[in-house]
Amino acid sequence: MFGIAKRFPCSQLQLGTRCIFRWTAGADLEKAMGPEQDQGYRRDHPLTYDTSETAIPENEIDMSVPQYKCPDERLLTMNFGPQHPAAHGVLRLMLQTKGEQVFAADPHIGLLHRGTEKLIEYKTYTQAMPYFDRLDYVSMMYNEWGFCLAVERLLGIEAPIRAQYIRVLMGEMTRILNHIMAVTTHILDVGATTPFLWLFEEREKMMEFYERVSGARLHAAYFRVGGVSQDLPIGFLDDVYDWMKTFSERLDDVEELVTYNRIWRSRTVGICPITLDNAISWGMSGVMIRGSGGRWDLRKSQPYDAYSLVDFDVPVGRHGDVYDRYMCRMEEMRQSLRIMHQCMNDMPEGDIKIDDAKISPPSRHEMKNSMEALIHQFKFYTQGFQVPPGSTYTVVEAPKGEFGVYLVSDGSSKPYRCKIRPPGFYHLGAMKDVARGFYIADIVAIIGTMDLVFGEVDR
Amino acid sequence: MVALIFLPLHRCKMMSSSALRCLARPVAGLLTRRVLAPTSSRLLSDVNDFYKSHKARDVIIRREDDVAECATYPDVDRLEKFGQYVATILPKYVQDVRMTSLNELEILIHPEGVVPVLGMLRDHTNAQFKGLMEITAVDVPSRPYRFELVYCLLSHHYNSRCIVKTYTDELTPVDSVTALFKSADFGEREVWDMFGVFFSGHPDLRRILTDYGFDGHPFRKDFPLTGYTEVRYDNELGRVVYEPVEVAQEFRKFEMDTPWELFPNYREVPQHLLEAAAEKAAQEEGADEKK
Repeated sequence: MFGIAKRFPCSQLQLGTRCIFRWTAGADLEKAMGPEQDQGYRRDHPLTYDTSETAIPENEIDMSVPQYKCPDERLLTMNFGPQHPAAHGVLRLMLQTKGEQVFAADPHIGLLHRGTEKLIEYKTYTQAMPYFDRLDYVSMMYNEWGFCLAVERLLGIEAPIRAQYIRVLMGEMTRILNHIMAVTTHILDVGATTPFLWLFEEREKMMEFYERVSGARLHAAYFRVGGVSQDLPIGFLDDVYDWMKTFSERLDDVEELVTYNRIWRSRTVGICPITLDNAISWGMSGVMIRGSGGRWDLRKSQPYDAYSLVDFDVPVGRHGDVYDRYMCRMEEMRQSLRIMHQCMNDMPEGDIKIDDAKISPPSRHEMKNSMEALIHQFKFYTQGFQVPPGSTYTVVEAPKGEFGVYLVSDGSSKPYRCKIRPPGFYHLGAMKDVARGFYIADIVAIIGTMDLVFGEVDR
Repeated sequence: MVALIFLPLHRCKMMSSSALRCLARPVAGLLTRRVLAPTSSRLLSDVNDFYKSHKARDVIIRREDDVAECATYPDVDRLEKFGQYVATILPKYVQDVRMTSLNELEILIHPEGVVPVLGMLRDHTNAQFKGLMEITAVDVPSRPYRFELVYCLLSHHYNSRCIVKTYTDELTPVDSVTALFKSADFGEREVWDMFGVFFSGHPDLRRILTDYGFDGHPFRKDFPLTGYTEVRYDNELGRVVYEPVEVAQEFRKFEMDTPWELFPNYREVPQHLLEAAAEKAAQEEGADEKK
C-alpha cells in the first residue's frame, strides 16, 4: 500500500479503488481502468472486485456433485494462509468461493519442506534419529519410535522389556501432548479460549517430564535403536502419577465446558462428514478413520513393543464428522492415562538398551575404564553401525494416524533411502473433497480436525 | 480354490461398513471403562431441556478384543499362499513374488501392470487391499531402469500389508492409479516432484513440495544435497531473490565405511567375474556337445 500511495496522489487512489490490482503492476491510470474506463467510478459498488483475472473457468472445477452447482456466477479465488493463524502453520489453501461457500480447495504445501529424507541419506542411523523429532513437532517421541522400530526390524533385534514399557509410557504421554494441542487449538480456532489455557498448563507439565527423561523439552531424541538413551530418573514415576491424578479432572473440566456447548456443537456436528469408504480410499488413518466408524488401531491390530501387554479400549465414532473426532480424541486421552498407569505398575527392572556393543554405545563409566569400550564408543559415534541390506515398511499408530517409515538399507551405516509416511499429508490430500460445499468458517474447523502439523506434512 | 486361500479371521471381520453399523449400536455406551478418570456424574446432573434434547453423542468404546486384533501379525503362511496365488493368476504382469526375511510380501511387477495388479489387489474378495498407504520411489542410478516404484498397500479387512514394486526410468511414464485409490493423488504428485517419474492419467500432476518454479528433482541421487539455488531477501529490490548456492566450506562427505566385510551373503560379484563364469560354462557346454 505504501508504494501505491507514494506513486499516486490520494484522489487517484480513491478513484481507482476497484482496479487496485492493476495499479500495483505499474500501469498508468488510463490503461488500468481498461474497458470500463467510460463508466468511471461507480459509487454504488465501491468494493466490487474484478475477478476476471483470478476466477478459473467453470469447466476446470469439478462440479460433479449436483447440489453444489453454481454455473451462473463466477467464483472468487481466495488465499487462506499461509499466514492465517488457523492454518496451523504454513498451509496455503486456494479456495474457490461463492459468497461464504467453498466450491474448491487446493492446498499448496511445501513451505516448510526441508528435504529431511534426503538429509537422512547422508547421516548415520544414529544421527538421523533426531530429524524425526522435527517432523511432527507436537508428538516428538512417537516419530522417533517409528524410525527406531524400522531400524530394529532390519537389524532383527528387539528392545529389552523395560525399554519397551518406557517407550509405551512416553509414547502415550506424547499422545496426550498431541491431543491437547489438537483439541484445544481446534476449540480456539472455533472461538473458545479457556480450554486452551487450561490444558496448555498441563502440557507444560508434560514438557517438564520430557525434560527430565531426555534433557530437552521438545526435541527429546530420547529413543534409540535398541531401547532408549537413558533410564528414567529417580522419582520420575511418582511425579507422573501425581500429575495423572489431577489431569483427568482437567479433562472433565474441558468436557463440561465444551462437549455439550451449543456453539461448539453447532460448529462441529455434521461438519465434514467422511464415509468409511472414502476415508480408506484417501489413505486416512488414526482418528480420521476411527471417527468414521473404522475399527482400526495399529496398537491393536499390528501391536509393537509392549502394546500387546497392556489393556486399553479404542474409541470409535459413528458419524464421521468433526464432533465425533473430537469425542474420540478426548476419550483417547483418558485411555492413554490408563495405559500409562499400567506401564508404571508393570514396568520391570532391567536393561534400557540392547546389550550389544555394536548397536548401543557403552556407558560413560565403562568407556573411561575399558579399552574395548572406548573403541566401541569411538566406532559407534564416528562410523555408526551397519544394517543388513533390505527394505522394510514399518508403521506405528502415531497420535495423528499411521506414521510409516519405508527404509532401504544397502549394508552400510547410512540409510540408502528413508521415506517417511506422514499421516497428515494424506489427510490434507482429502481436503479438496471434504471441504467442498462448506463455509469458509468451517474450513477452519476442518483443518483443526485433520490435526495438521506442517513439520510432518512438508518434511 | 480362491476362497480357501484367504479365510477371514473371525476376530478381524471389521471394516465392512454396514456390518459395522449393526455391531455398533448394541455396544454403544456400554463400555466406558475409565481408569483414573472417574466419569463425572455432574456432567449430566443439572442440564436443562436443551442439553437433554441435544445430548452429546456417545462415542463407542471398543473393548480390546472387539477392535480388529490379530495375535499373529503378520500371518506369514496366509500371506505366502496369497503371494503364490497372485503369481498364478497374473502371470502376464507379475515377475516375482517374495516373502522377505522380515515377513513382508513383495510383489514385483512389470510397469504396464500397475493398474491391473493394484486393481486386482483392491477388488479381489480375498485380498481387499483397499488402502494405498504410501507411494514412493527409490533411485538406483546404476540400473537401466533407475527408479524403483513402491506401492505400500494395506488390507484393513484381513489386517495384512503387501508391497508392490515396479520400475521405470526418467522418460517412461507409468500409469496413474488415482482412479483406484484417491490417496494416489498426493502420493503420485510427490513422486513426480521428488523423482520426476511421470504418471500418465493423473488428473493434476503438479509439483507439490518444492518451491514454485523449482527446477530439477531433488531426491534423485545425482541431485546435490545443497541444491543449486538459495534465496535471500534483498532490501534494495524489496523482494526475495534467487542466487546460485554459495557455501563457505566445501561439502564434506565422510567415507567411514568399515574395511571389513560384514554381510558376506550380500556380496556383489563384479560383472567381469560373472561374464567370465558364464563364458566358462558355455565353453564346457560346447565341449560336452562335441563329445
